[in-house]
Parts: sequence; C-alpha cells; structure tokens
Amino acid sequence: MSKYLLDKFLYTVDRDPELVERYREDPRGTVEWWEAERANVILNVQAAEKSTWLKFDDVEREALATHDVPKLFELGAHPFLTLTVCIAMFERDYQEPLGYQLYYAQCLSNFKLPYPDITT
Amino acid sequence: MATVAAVIASTHHPFYYRASTSTGDERPPFADEWVAKITAFRETLTRANPDVLVLVGSDHFHQIWLDNMPQFLVGKAPFYDANWYNEEREFGLPRMFFKGDENLSAHILRSGLDAGFDLAFSNELRIDHSVTCPMITLRPEADLPIVPIYTNIFAPPLPQPKRYVQLGQAIREIVESWPSDLRVAIIGTGHLSLELGGPRQFGPHGPDPEFDRKAVEWIANGDIEKALGEVSLENLWEPGNATHGFLDFMLMMGTAGAGEKADYVDTLDLFHTMEAYFTWYPKGAGA
Repeated sequence: MSKYLLDKFLYTVDRDPELVERYREDPRGTVEWWEAERANVILNVQAAEKSTWLKFDDVEREALATHDVPKLFELGAHPFLTLTVCIAMFERDYQEPLGYQLYYAQCLSNFKLPYPDITT
Repeated sequence: MATVAAVIASTHHPFYYRASTSTGDERPPFADEWVAKITAFRETLTRANPDVLVLVGSDHFHQIWLDNMPQFLVGKAPFYDANWYNEEREFGLPRMFFKGDENLSAHILRSGLDAGFDLAFSNELRIDHSVTCPMITLRPEADLPIVPIYTNIFAPPLPQPKRYVQLGQAIREIVESWPSDLRVAIIGTGHLSLELGGPRQFGPHGPDPEFDRKAVEWIANGDIEKALGEVSLENLWEPGNATHGFLDFMLMMGTAGAGEKADYVDTLDLFHTMEAYFTWYPKGAGA
C-alpha cells in the first residue's frame, strides 16, 4: 500500500492541464499509462535515474480508475490533493457556486473522526 | 539595527481576490463587507511604514513535494515569481512578481542556523497563495522587497506546536539583530478551523466555531501558554482536517511575544471558514 504513490498521481495530474482533461475523460486509461510511464520517475531527476519499485495495489488502482473519492479518502490519500484535482475536473458540471464542493462533502458524510491517517 | 515595524497574523483566503474584484451578478453578497474589513486591516500595515516584508506561509504542494519535504524553509532569491496554474484555475489568482531582500534572507538563515533551527533554503522559489494572499490584502502594490518563509503545516509528520512558537520568537529576535536601518513588517498567515476534502468542508461557517472563538482569544491576548496547553498535533484534526494551518498563527504569536495583546483584532464569519486579522505594533516601533 502506498499513500505516497496515490498522492504522487494526484499531484502530477493536478499540476498539468492536459493530464487533468485526460484523467477526466479516460480515468482508467490515464491511471494505467501513468503507472507504466510516470510512477517511477523521480520529479526533477533524469528519466535514466528513475525508481524501480513503485506500483499501485489493486484497490488503489481501482479507486483512481473510478474517481472513487470515498475510497481514496479511506486509503489516506491527501484530502487536499484529491479535492483540488476533483474540483478541476468536475466543478464545471455544477451550476450553483460551490455545488460540486457540497456534493463532494456529502459523498464523504459516512466518515467520522478520527479520519484515516494521511501520513506518508 | 532593524526595527520590527509591525507583526501581522491573518488567515489567507484564496477566494478574496475574486470576490473583491467581481462585479454585477458575479459579486457575492458578502463581498462589500469583506472588502471594508480588508481595507481597514490594510491600513494597519500602511501606517507602520515598512521597507521590507517577511512573509510566513506554507506551500500547498506546489514547489515543495513529498520526495523532498523541508519543515522550515527560507527563500533566498533576488526575485520571486508567484501563483500557480491550479491557483489561477480554481481561485482566479493573477500571476505576480516580487523583489527579494537577499541580505535579510542571508541574515535569517545564518542566525537561524546558529540558533539551532536547521533551516532549509531555496534560491529559486515560486511562491503560492499563502504568501500572495496577504500581499493582495495588505500590500496590493507589491512594491516592497520580501523574504518568504515556508513552514510545513500540510504533510505529516510535522514539528511539535511549540517549535512553531519558538521559530516565531527566533524570527523576531533575528530581525531585530539585522544590521540595517530598515523597518521590517513580519506577516504570517494560517487558518482557524478548516476542513478541505472532508465531509465538513464548505459549510455555512468554519467547521468548529467554538475552536475559532477560543483561538481568536488566544491570539488577541498573546496567550501562548494556553494555546500550547490546548493544542496538539493529535487534536488539531478535530476542529477540521486542515486546522494544522493554525500552527502558523502560533508561530506569529511567538513573533508577537507572550502576553502581548494585539493592537488590532477583527474577524469575519464567512462560509467555509472564519477570517481573522491581527496586528501588533512593537514598543518603540513608532507606528
């Protein structure tokens, strides 16, 4: 299990406008491509010196591939990253101000304190 | 030696820029009151007549990432570009540009290291809304050189709360020992109770109004002892899952000094979070 890799996926998508659109339109394909091509790239390091050991487990991969916000929350993905990338993808589909943010909160309403640990 | 012209602590609300500049149907009903409060708050910095700004904030996973995570980092660069694509996208924040004061950065780094704080540094730092929000609210001309200082309030494990207070105290002493005749304002931003990406987010108020009430009282009275007695890394999750941003308020309480009552206190109960604004004028600062 790798909270770090979940966070790394969300972080690298969130900062790239093209990846945001790609992840919105084709989440499963984007996750599979990213895990094969990008998961082991150390940011700010040449590709030849990439890592060799990072991969999702099945539950993590499925959560990302289905935009499953409650599952990502349960797995301890950093809530700020999940929220930010989801706002980038889905806020546009809601007419009311903060409509998506309130829907997002409702989706997580079964979670009580203490929330899942986000320490990486 | 340099003069600490003002110590300022504030929330940083990334929606302020858009709310304050929007017009017509786009303008939210709370915008006018918010602008009035910010305008009054801005005057507390203006009348301190600062030459340089030290700005304490926290990178929100922009340049600082989990493969290389400093707890405390001082910017030491001649210039700083500011705001990021996802802040333009979500908050409508503009790109900004600031001049740095490398001399003060170097002094803070050298003195901080010698005082036992193993400060990281950056010679090329693009800063985010934790620093640009107070510039937009307090000094929109963005005409003064800055020294940004980042703290980790975001990615556990974090330092203990008392360490933020100690660093705030050290920053005050270090600025006061800077061999310069300039007037320095030390400004830091954090949060009261706040939830982001959790079930309590974006409610009609902050997620824990009782925490907010107590926190404003601690800050306004300089009651560091009480804040440290009630706040821990473990219980800061309870008022809201992003409430560790309060640690930057605790740092600023250290900068203002134990028992020092704020000269200016204001709050605004907004949706999602309570805004809070504090200014101290150190004795002899001549503000």
